[in-house]
Amino acid sequence: MNSYSLRGLRWFEALSGNATPLEGLPASLKVADVTLGEQNVRLLAVVADPDSRFPRARNGEVGLLEGWGLAKAVDEAIDADRDAPHKRALIAIVDVPSQAYGRREEALGIHQALAGAADSYARARLAGHPVIGLLVGKAMSGAFLAHGYQANRLIALRDPGVMVHAMGKASAARVTLRSVEELEALAASVPPMAYDIDSFASLGLLWETLSVEQIEQPNAADLARVRDCLQQAINEVADAPRDLSSRLGATHRAASSTVRQLLRAQW
Amino acid sequence: MTDSAALLNKHSFVELGARQRAKALLDNGSFRELLDPFQRIMSPWLLRQGVVPQSDDGVVIAKGLLDGLPVVIAAIEGAFQGGSLGEVGGAKIAGALELAAEDNRKGIPTRAVLLLETGGVRLQEANLGLAAIAEIHSAIVDLRQYQPVIGVVAGSVGCFGGMSIAAGLCSYLLVTQEARLGLNGPQVIEQEAGIDEYDSRDRPFIWSLTGGEQRFATGLVDRYVADDVAQIREHVSQLLHLGVPAQHRSGQAEVFLQRLARLDTEVQIEPAAVRQLYQGERP
Amino acid sequence: MQTLSFEFPAGQPPRGRALVGCVGSGDLEVLIEPGLAGKLTIQVQTSVNGSEQRWQHLFARMFDGQMPPALAIDIHDFGATPGVVRLRLEQGFEEIGHD
Repeated sequence: MNSYSLRGLRWFEALSGNATPLEGLPASLKVADVTLGEQNVRLLAVVADPDSRFPRARNGEVGLLEGWGLAKAVDEAIDADRDAPHKRALIAIVDVPSQAYGRREEALGIHQALAGAADSYARARLAGHPVIGLLVGKAMSGAFLAHGYQANRLIALRDPGVMVHAMGKASAARVTLRSVEELEALAASVPPMAYDIDSFASLGLLWETLSVEQIEQPNAADLARVRDCLQQAINEVADAPRDLSSRLGATHRAASSTVRQLLRAQW
Repeated sequence: MTDSAALLNKHSFVELGARQRAKALLDNGSFRELLDPFQRIMSPWLLRQGVVPQSDDGVVIAKGLLDGLPVVIAAIEGAFQGGSLGEVGGAKIAGALELAAEDNRKGIPTRAVLLLETGGVRLQEANLGLAAIAEIHSAIVDLRQYQPVIGVVAGSVGCFGGMSIAAGLCSYLLVTQEARLGLNGPQVIEQEAGIDEYDSRDRPFIWSLTGGEQRFATGLVDRYVADDVAQIREHVSQLLHLGVPAQHRSGQAEVFLQRLARLDTEVQIEPAAVRQLYQGERP
Repeated sequence: MQTLSFEFPAGQPPRGRALVGCVGSGDLEVLIEPGLAGKLTIQVQTSVNGSEQRWQHLFARMFDGQMPPALAIDIHDFGATPGVVRLRLEQGFEEIGHD
């Protein structure tokens, strides 16, 4: 019985097939270059490394090595495609339970490591790499900010285990001085506080949600459906703006648009 | 403006509220606030949870001149909800940075200064705060292509959560002794990892790892300045004049990976060990 | 949290407006703007429930024996003591007077 999720690893294995993973990266990162139709893509996943030198980052958390390692893997793709007419897509397979919480992490600047990853993903997107986030498990807080949230398009599998949030329930309850039950009751009526993927979708932040049959171990039909969806997302990004503006417009996120309109008018 | 004038005559920057901080940095008479509090663009989410809102949602956006240079300042009010970012406050910062980048594409050299006092995402608006912070990250990286983005963590809240990542994306960071900069708040680390890993009530311990002086000594920030309005203003101006750095701190993955590879993780870490590992050439 | 409304007789509206304070612990934010001639209206959003009488008394004492200017006042209160409320209001009135 594993205490950590294997979803990210399984989806990485399924999507990468026989491709050889890149070397020179932390063991908690799985990165491989494959083709999807005619499109070159780099797959990136953060997976559990039970033997990590950093004990607080052994269950798939995004820690110091993961943040800087993702930055390195993305930077390599940017450099390699600098003069290429068609830049490879970057697909972040997201199954990250949290950032790493620990003394070493804070002392050594985990915020800077996560900034490294966010920086590289954002620069890749601005340089014209299609960046797609594929949510197959948890997408929590700082971990998601570092791995996936800079994507042009976000795709989530429709499953109770796929959730986006700023903080785990227990900690969120403690910080807001509520019980977990109170928090859950509140989340049911306040969409941005909810943990389920449909509430998250109602905020307009997802490009697509997708149902699969076996999320823990994708079968052939699941894989075909996800590959098809990824290709569509990549194609759509080709002629679209390189910013994150496609996330605006949902009624549950009306204030985000209003504020921007007013700022522009008063600028 | 007796109130503001009186406050401005004091030397402490930390004691100032967000609006006074922005005014204190800008050239006299150049301060112009966007979405000012009388427009009452407030959180649509706090009231329905029985939480009293603030008329500017805790974020001040001001345009003006700093030593003659066109800047936009985004200042977070740490006293309101711990400086946490919700939908409105987050969109104010992201939107201002987006417009600054757009200015530059049109040939207007707008720079940005972020005054960061924040615990990160406002949990009452959880996923909308997180989404806004991702957009702030994106906008900083975009604007940084043209002009430096300066982050100031003066204290007393410090800078945590997703906004500590935003700080890590800034071209330059300025801190005081009062400042703390870290991803996770001490309470949450203690809750997740236990009191032996992180004692959230041991203030000297926390400052020794994440305080302004240590962050400067380990090269994770660029300036360490006394809590004094004139000095902070002078250093922000110097940083603005430096222009875009040849390489941003967040773009140095290889350097940091090599350093981390040298770390002995068999023993628990001490502040001196971080200084030793990270000292030398400043990124 | 509670939302309360108060109204007092007043003179003419002033020209200026003022913002003082902040919705921090034990503090409050006060926005003062010109009101309709003859009326001083106050809207209070407070984190302290059941405090209507205290607000009423505080305002009544402040405006007792003098005709205040016509103002529209918005208060966002985060548990301020009557002393702090009074201080913030006086600061706001002073700012308006100087503008």
